[in-house]
Amino acid sequence: MTDMTKGATTGATGATGALNEPVPGGAPAPGRAFLEVRDLKVHFPTEDGLVKSVDGLTFSLEKGKTLGIVGESGSGKSVTSLGIMGLHRVGQYGRQRARISGEIWLDGKELLSADEDEVRRLRGRNIAMIFQDPLSAMHPYFTVGKQIAEAYRVHNKVDKKAARKRAVDLLDRVGIPEPHKRVDSYPHEFSGGMRQRAMIAMALVNNPELLIADEPTTALDVTVQAQILDLIRDLQQEFGSAVIMITHDLGVVAEMADELLVMYGGRCVERGSAEKVFYEPRHPYTWGLLGSMPRIDRDQTERLIPVKGSPPSLINIPSGCAFNPRCPYADVPKGNVTRTVRPELAAEDGGHHWSACHMSHEERTRIWTEEIAPKL
Amino acid sequence: MTEKPEKPEMDKKAAAAATATATIPAQAVDSPEPLLKVTGLVKHFPIHKGLLRRQAGAVKAVDGIDFDVRRGETLGIVGESGCGKSTMGRLITRLLEPTGGTIEFEGKDITHLGVAGMRPLRRDVQMIFQDPYGSLNPRHTVGTIVSAPFKLQGVTPEGGLKAEVQRLLSLVGLNPEHYNRYPHEFSGGQRQRIGIARALALKPKLVVADEPVSALDVSIQAQVVNLLDDLQQELGLTYVIIAHDLSVIRHVSDRIAVMYLGKIVELADRQSLYGAPMHPYTNALMSAVPVPDPRRRGVKSGRILLKGDVPSPISPPSGCRFHTRCWKATEICKTQDPPLLALKTGHQVACHHPENAPDLVPDDKALPGASDALDTPTP
Repeated sequence: MTDMTKGATTGATGATGALNEPVPGGAPAPGRAFLEVRDLKVHFPTEDGLVKSVDGLTFSLEKGKTLGIVGESGSGKSVTSLGIMGLHRVGQYGRQRARISGEIWLDGKELLSADEDEVRRLRGRNIAMIFQDPLSAMHPYFTVGKQIAEAYRVHNKVDKKAARKRAVDLLDRVGIPEPHKRVDSYPHEFSGGMRQRAMIAMALVNNPELLIADEPTTALDVTVQAQILDLIRDLQQEFGSAVIMITHDLGVVAEMADELLVMYGGRCVERGSAEKVFYEPRHPYTWGLLGSMPRIDRDQTERLIPVKGSPPSLINIPSGCAFNPRCPYADVPKGNVTRTVRPELAAEDGGHHWSACHMSHEERTRIWTEEIAPKL
Repeated sequence: MTEKPEKPEMDKKAAAAATATATIPAQAVDSPEPLLKVTGLVKHFPIHKGLLRRQAGAVKAVDGIDFDVRRGETLGIVGESGCGKSTMGRLITRLLEPTGGTIEFEGKDITHLGVAGMRPLRRDVQMIFQDPYGSLNPRHTVGTIVSAPFKLQGVTPEGGLKAEVQRLLSLVGLNPEHYNRYPHEFSGGQRQRIGIARALALKPKLVVADEPVSALDVSIQAQVVNLLDDLQQELGLTYVIIAHDLSVIRHVSDRIAVMYLGKIVELADRQSLYGAPMHPYTNALMSAVPVPDPRRRGVKSGRILLKGDVPSPISPPSGCRFHTRCWKATEICKTQDPPLLALKTGHQVACHHPENAPDLVPDDKALPGASDALDTPTP
């Protein structure tokens, strides 16, 4: 709580001018949230053209809350997380690979304009990340304990012994049996679930305020997934961190997230509380996701309702609404507006819920209640 | 058996299931001959060690399983990684040589048929693979890939090869004009459709699909699930679908087998398996699946959270293989492997202490530590 207020004040004094500009997409009052991302764009120049992986993303997150980012492959979810971590900043040999613009405010500091040393100080200490595949995210040549201790020593002036003790404590905290022995194991000696626990231990070694989990359980079996999700939830309560959970699994976000952001073609198409997005979704793509998902909790024998076609290429994002070629309602709004004008995120009534669709509120309410909801 | 007929052929299937399971044990005498009958199937992969490459042990991937596949049904096989479900799929398609047991296809023993002996059967048994990238030759055009089964079998389809391949492509929802394109020009979902077209080319009787949708995005996954469903109705196919995703399995299967460490622990029709699972492992598996419903998040009182990982199939636990992680384990579980018994019509389970059914060994002494097998769920 104290951190939050501190963050708010420094944020307000730090860059008042920039923060008071109106932000599209119904962002909450500027400068208040712990993490604020505004109009983030990450573009990669390639031989085939400009890949617009993230194209204008705005959201905010408070401490102690979990934001779920859902979307299909190529929707820009992972690039968003790497952007926040500052991992696109400099490419190999110091060449810049990505064109990044926008603002990322973490606890009152703007990260995109900060210099590399400052970002490096934050990275690993204030912001930590859990990757999908722990086998490739951990170094095979060093013991698990050494890697965790290193992450601790980079940001804290402690000796090796203290760092090792910290590693043992954390391995114990994340539920590794016999942490005194396992601290000297190599990553390949761990099972998939244990490796993911070890990586969580590494991410948490400096008590980060923001934890980004990019598909943390996709490579795991369901019973292990349940353990890991439980662990993340427990640790979040204990440390009060903000968590960004990136996943394609709507079941996982429904269990974890307070807020949801649905991405499509590098843009946010719907954002709101998990409750709102699951029970009163406002965007046809969200309807599509809900309709194409088989449910464990229902004996549903009707056909699934898939979204036709496939996700767009990020080089040639369809003009107008990126979803228009796949949208069954693309012709509902009059004229050619879905194909020519890009819809902006607009607030839905009922508060804390935004979506980017050209259809009128009434039309969407009618379609959802009459056509979609009964079939789910 | 079913109140509302969901699919036209569902009634027939339900009726067949009812007759098949009227007598207990489930192997009914008067039921129509199953398409595929697997008895005591075993596959051990030897581990060689040392200078002389002596066999030091074996990975017991599949360790004695029995099941039938009935005509026109979809049998779902579900389990965690390493439970032997994919090995099982490769055994029944005879891509692997079984170590023991028998496989009968339409009453014919195919367990140890050689390459030549299997060739005529390859027309009837086809496989759809998980990886739509690895299972298509990148240097062959789609036309070559889909026409390969005809060439291998020496079959000339009516109306010519090209016309037939184009018909297959449009059957699976691809543009027939893309006949000359290469796999890299297609998306993951489209590639999976190419794999399906190839599997269906020779009008097989049995299609074994190993994780057919797990590599695909949610919206594409639904397209492929619906396609498999349509093709089954249209062509009267029988499916064995192997998957780790319990939601997908629930959607596609008529009957489901749950595997754990090389054994089938429970085999039942969809409704009774998901409605009242009997094996503690099935129960744990189902309660671990995240439910896409934020309002259910608070309701976790009945949730079972297993500790630890699946033991290694090189040295599986004695007796019931699940006893090391089971909260109901007693002395007998450590020593005696429970047989797969039909405790209810159409519901077989291998457990000494089944749930939703009377206990088979009620007075046995609980194993020390069994009660610690569960993590206390967080509120």
